[in-house]
Amino acid sequence: MSTAVSAAPAVSAQPIQVEKFVKRFGATAAVNGVSLALHAGDCLGLLGPNGAGKTTLIRGIVGRVLPDGGSIRIFGAEAGSRTARQVLGWVPQELAIYPRLTCSENLFAFGKYQGISGKELEDQIAWCLGWASLTDRGNEPARNLSGGMKRRLNMAAGIIHRPRLVLMDEPTVGVDPQSRNRIFEMIEALRAQGTSILYTTHYMEEAERLCNRIAIIDHGSIIAEGTHEELVRNAFGSSSQVVARFAGTESAIAEWVEIRGGRFAEGVAQFTVQHPSEIAALLDDAGARGFQPEDVSLRRPNLESVFLHLTGRELRE
Amino acid sequence: MIFAIVRTALTGLRRDRASLALNFVLPIAFFTIFAMVFSGQHDTIPRVHLIVVDQDHSAASRDLVRGLQREGSLQVTTHPEAKQHASIRPDYTASSAEAAVKSGDFPVALIIPAGWGAHPVDFGANEQQGPKLRLLSDQSDPIAPQIVNGLLQKAAMTAMPASMANEGMKYTEEYLGTFTPEQRKRWDENMRYLEQVQQERANEPDANSSSAKSTSSSVFSGGIVAVDTHSVVGEHKNKNLISFYAAAIGVMFLLFTASGAAGSLLDEADSGTLDRVLSSRVTMSALLGGKLAFNTLLAFAQLVVMFLWGWAVFHLDFFTHIPGFLVMGLCTAFAVAAFGILLASMCHTRGQLGAVSTLLILIMSSVGGSMFPRYLMPQAMQKAGLFTINAWAIDGFTKVFWRDLPVISLWPQVGVLLGVGVALFILARRIARRWEFA
Repeated sequence: MSTAVSAAPAVSAQPIQVEKFVKRFGATAAVNGVSLALHAGDCLGLLGPNGAGKTTLIRGIVGRVLPDGGSIRIFGAEAGSRTARQVLGWVPQELAIYPRLTCSENLFAFGKYQGISGKELEDQIAWCLGWASLTDRGNEPARNLSGGMKRRLNMAAGIIHRPRLVLMDEPTVGVDPQSRNRIFEMIEALRAQGTSILYTTHYMEEAERLCNRIAIIDHGSIIAEGTHEELVRNAFGSSSQVVARFAGTESAIAEWVEIRGGRFAEGVAQFTVQHPSEIAALLDDAGARGFQPEDVSLRRPNLESVFLHLTGRELRE
Repeated sequence: MIFAIVRTALTGLRRDRASLALNFVLPIAFFTIFAMVFSGQHDTIPRVHLIVVDQDHSAASRDLVRGLQREGSLQVTTHPEAKQHASIRPDYTASSAEAAVKSGDFPVALIIPAGWGAHPVDFGANEQQGPKLRLLSDQSDPIAPQIVNGLLQKAAMTAMPASMANEGMKYTEEYLGTFTPEQRKRWDENMRYLEQVQQERANEPDANSSSAKSTSSSVFSGGIVAVDTHSVVGEHKNKNLISFYAAAIGVMFLLFTASGAAGSLLDEADSGTLDRVLSSRVTMSALLGGKLAFNTLLAFAQLVVMFLWGWAVFHLDFFTHIPGFLVMGLCTAFAVAAFGILLASMCHTRGQLGAVSTLLILIMSSVGGSMFPRYLMPQAMQKAGLFTINAWAIDGFTKVFWRDLPVISLWPQVGVLLGVGVALFILARRIARRWEFA
């Protein structure tokens, strides 16, 4: 990426500072008093199921949603202000590109919209095409690209003006694993250059790979925030999870699991244990009730477990 | 199974208001418009506006003017509308009447030349002895002079029977010899009766009941009054209706093009591109301004192509009217582009836009003169047409290509089209606020 720098507001301010942001649509509060901060150079993952309020929060940060309460500041400037727009790049969930324009023409158009032109714009287009591995597709109309390529072009259009802060709203929706990996590499390249990123997803593995901090949002509220380890530690301490399958009557197994304080879903029992030695007692109890173990494993809790623990439901329900 | 399919389709249609409007409102609207235009039963049958200039001031010419004024199908004017605070309304002169026809204010003017009253009748045997009536017409309305000519013959018969008989007697004496004293006595008795009838008719108020007074029209067939018809506009035009249709059809399709192009706003809103654009440095005003500029250029290009085609294929006199075309073309393109942007900002989906624009544009085009000339329409509809972009655009192009009027004469059309364009754009901008923020 070129070394030229966009017009910079207060350098010392946080890339994103959300304070008690509220947005209602009719009687429904899509975002309900969210406070959130993104530190310079961080990649903050915003995790939550569909309808949790992720996109509304992102649109509030972009300035496309007027808050009913609270405030959002981008590097100290009010969200939606001219200053904020200059330093912020947005990759929306939708493919917000012109299908009939070629990749280069799309980037040219969005570059112009962001106020860059001439040699600077030419250089940026070349860089963005390379970043998105679309250099050989520069003259291809966007509508002829594969799904993954369109996603990458969609991302490139969001960073054409070299923003210091990039918002990515589920950029991997609907792409194959190979394209997803390419997108991960693109994001990691951006991070390596010091760009601050807010990344929304409902894929745990993406958040775990890309984000150094994670916020979990549900029903319009942030219910947990921290690093991966902090979230797991806060939710489970030093405990581990036992995941097991048993032979026997399903209803009887489910009843027993509940008595033992575990969770039974889709034939799989899950228990939280403080120490691996507790597994033996658990299996003995199962054997005594006639449930023969078919498959038993011990694992450290992950973000999925944290989300389940905090909300009582799966992230992708 | 079939019932289930019908029910599903019916439910879908019921919830698709745009389709409902297209299916039911549009046909009814069109039926009404066509019925009003072509039905003679309507209260406001179109009347031919006629200027009469009486240079003769004879009894015969006055009788003829009164006879014409009594015709319900004519609206006879002898002097221009009074200006504000002006108490004196001078009569039209031959030159001012010709100017009024040339400018399109009137389709036809009748000049009764001095001396006509001495020999008003032309029995067709020889050249009329006195000067002939002159009918100045505008060929953009080919019907009006024919109506006036016919009614002129009728008025001559019914309004001045004594003059007709007297003139006939003169011809008889000239070609057959003088009457005997007995014939002369009887002739004078009959003449007194005819003069009394003529006087009574002259005293009758102007009325629209021409049919009631036409009992003698079958006796005196047409052609009794010689008329020299002269086209003062359009006489030397090649393919004189081409310019009208280029403008009329052009404006209608411009409206469709503009609304279709403005629909890109809805596509962009749908795809999220609009959100992205508005999150950049582009403001909604700039975005709409850009769309307006593009759609104006697109519509203008469409007009250029259409008129060039008219020039190449139909010999439309295009290149001698470039300044007027530029002015009218750009103003029309601006107004239709703003109209398209307004429609797009009002609609929520492409489908809705398609239905609403089809409905509005077809109605505007039919009332505004894109489908048939407005002079065929009843007065009320002609006035309603002034609320459409079509009517003002067509009037302007007609001034340029038909009447050869200078660019300065386009100021009413330019003013209205630009004013309408600005007003529609401001309205569109206000409505587009819904896209700015949630």
